[in-house]
Amino acid sequence: MTMHPYSPDPRTSRLSTPTPTPSAVTDALRRSRPRGLDVEAVFIGRSLRHAVRDVESLLMSIALPVILMLMFTFVFGGAIDPGGDYVNYVVPGIILTCAGFGASSTALSVANDMTSGFIDRLRTMPVRASAVITGHVAASLAKNLFATAIVIVVAVLIGFRPTATWGEWFAVIALIALYILAITYLFAAIGLAAKSAESANGYGFILLFLPYVSSAFVPVDTMPDWLIWFADNQPVTPIIDALRSLLVGTEMNGSGIAAVAWCTVILAVAVGWAARLFTSRAGRR
Amino acid sequence: MDSTMRTETNCETPTPPGPPAIEFTGVSAGFGRKPVLRGLDLMVGKGEVFALLGANGAGKTTTINILTTLLRPDSGRVRVSGVDVLEHPDEARRCFAVTGQSAAVDHCLSTAENLMLLARLSGLSRREAKARTVQLAERLSLGSFIDARVGTLSGGMRRRLDLALSLVVPVDVLILDEPTTGLDTRSRRELWAEVSQLSSEGTTVFLTTQYLEEADALADRIGLLHDGRLAGLGTPHELKARVGEDTVAVRDRDGNALAEVPTDGTVRGISAVLGSLDPDYAEAAVTLHRPSLDDVFLSFTSNDEVRPRQKPVG
Ligand SMILES: Nc1ncnc2c1ncn2[C@@H]1O[C@H](COP(=O)(O)OP(=O)(O)OP(=O)(O)O)[C@@H](O)[C@H]1O
Ligand SMILES: [Mg+2]
Repeated sequence: MTMHPYSPDPRTSRLSTPTPTPSAVTDALRRSRPRGLDVEAVFIGRSLRHAVRDVESLLMSIALPVILMLMFTFVFGGAIDPGGDYVNYVVPGIILTCAGFGASSTALSVANDMTSGFIDRLRTMPVRASAVITGHVAASLAKNLFATAIVIVVAVLIGFRPTATWGEWFAVIALIALYILAITYLFAAIGLAAKSAESANGYGFILLFLPYVSSAFVPVDTMPDWLIWFADNQPVTPIIDALRSLLVGTEMNGSGIAAVAWCTVILAVAVGWAARLFTSRAGRR
Repeated sequence: MDSTMRTETNCETPTPPGPPAIEFTGVSAGFGRKPVLRGLDLMVGKGEVFALLGANGAGKTTTINILTTLLRPDSGRVRVSGVDVLEHPDEARRCFAVTGQSAAVDHCLSTAENLMLLARLSGLSRREAKARTVQLAERLSLGSFIDARVGTLSGGMRRRLDLALSLVVPVDVLILDEPTTGLDTRSRRELWAEVSQLSSEGTTVFLTTQYLEEADALADRIGLLHDGRLAGLGTPHELKARVGEDTVAVRDRDGNALAEVPTDGTVRGISAVLGSLDPDYAEAAVTLHRPSLDDVFLSFTSNDEVRPRQKPVG
């Protein structure tokens, strides 16, 4: 009786190491680490592929805000503002709702990578595994800025008449990008925290209601007192006010600074939270 | 089968020559208050193929998670290629490649793109990665589904890709958690051939499996994990010798056992047994029964104090 009844068939044992020397017994084979920001580049490429291939969710993240805008403008708009100027009021709110909706899919992507073991595989490699989050966030930013651009184009088609200068447009884009970045990172952290992809989706949903309790769709002072307090002190209101001021020239009243401050705080908290979750959740699927 | 091997049953196999590729020293780990590993000691030599066996929930995957830096043990020390896994995880990660128990592949990408991704993450340039992807796809016969979205592949194809991902760059130690579960016979044989080939080139292979014939065919040594420790350790041959001896079984036409007599397995021993049989059995069928790895597994992973041994009947 031989110790190895199965001897490898030379026809099937074709895979050898790519090094030309067959007797690799001598030296330790260590894999090299990717250089510089190669890891980030690889993951951004991966997440962009995901975004482009998931046509359904890409379409949804554009169609939903557009439908929302048409509905608010033509269905509720007349009741809210009989002058027919409601579209100028509502665009910033639609943009933020759109961004929130688009960013929420990041939670799903991250949770999927966690539960599928993909992130665990990365963690066994000598790479910055957290770059996978960077990839998702960057792709989400690109995707949502694209969706935002389409929403603005449709808004202009139905009567939106911004008065912004080039400088103000630049500020608008920067603020929207900062908001998307902050909220995407928050959704990424939620994706890490969630036990499953489904619950990640559920938690994310709660955040999507914030714009409704702000100055996005109706002026805050039409709300009951206790709600006014909340609406005035939640992050979405100053961001909306700042965007509206930049786009159609309403009063700024310090909302710009508050908006940037809120976004920065959310971003910092989300990054810190995600970093902690990322290390603490290893190997515990 | 020579009888001198038979008498070594009381000693553990000595550690193989050469520096150890994997070293567990007094490793304990648990989830909550439930201990899974309780002072595991284990050493795997360079170039060895080591199979870790154990019942479901014995802690094989936990052992691999500790080895691959995914899980910190409560106590103990782990080294890969001499690198301390707990103190220098990032350096240790350069020494091994692992394919876990469940497929960790990207479903949105194609087979080729998955291989590309892993190659790029392993430090290959874009051009090297492309060349390596083509090479691997050909060598592991992934060609037929190289451009298919992984989400559309069958479970076995996905598993083959998953295994290919751990072979993207050569490393000291290859770690495979139940690699052939779900593979068809041909793919399984191909993987076995692959493992043997890599091992002959000096790669250490640490694998778990529920297929005992796989451990028998592949492993230089086998460890049986039970109750948080190695309950048995040795070559497949030694382990089989430890659970019982060869027996000559005599059966009638309907397969009923008439007699089962222990033997040393030599021509002389078996002739003696046959000569001593009842002449009435002249028409009966005779088989030589050897303990299989199944017997080894059942014996070493049972909770009974008394281990089942084969006893002569009739
Ligand atoms: N994340 C976890 N949380 C709590 N308990 C866990 C966790 N992972 C594993 N366990 C427990 O640890 C024990 C060992 O699990 P492990 O996955 O290592 O077993 P295994 O030997 O790989 O089993 P199998 O043959 O089924 O793969 C089991 O009892 C299991 O319930
Ligand atoms: Mg397991």
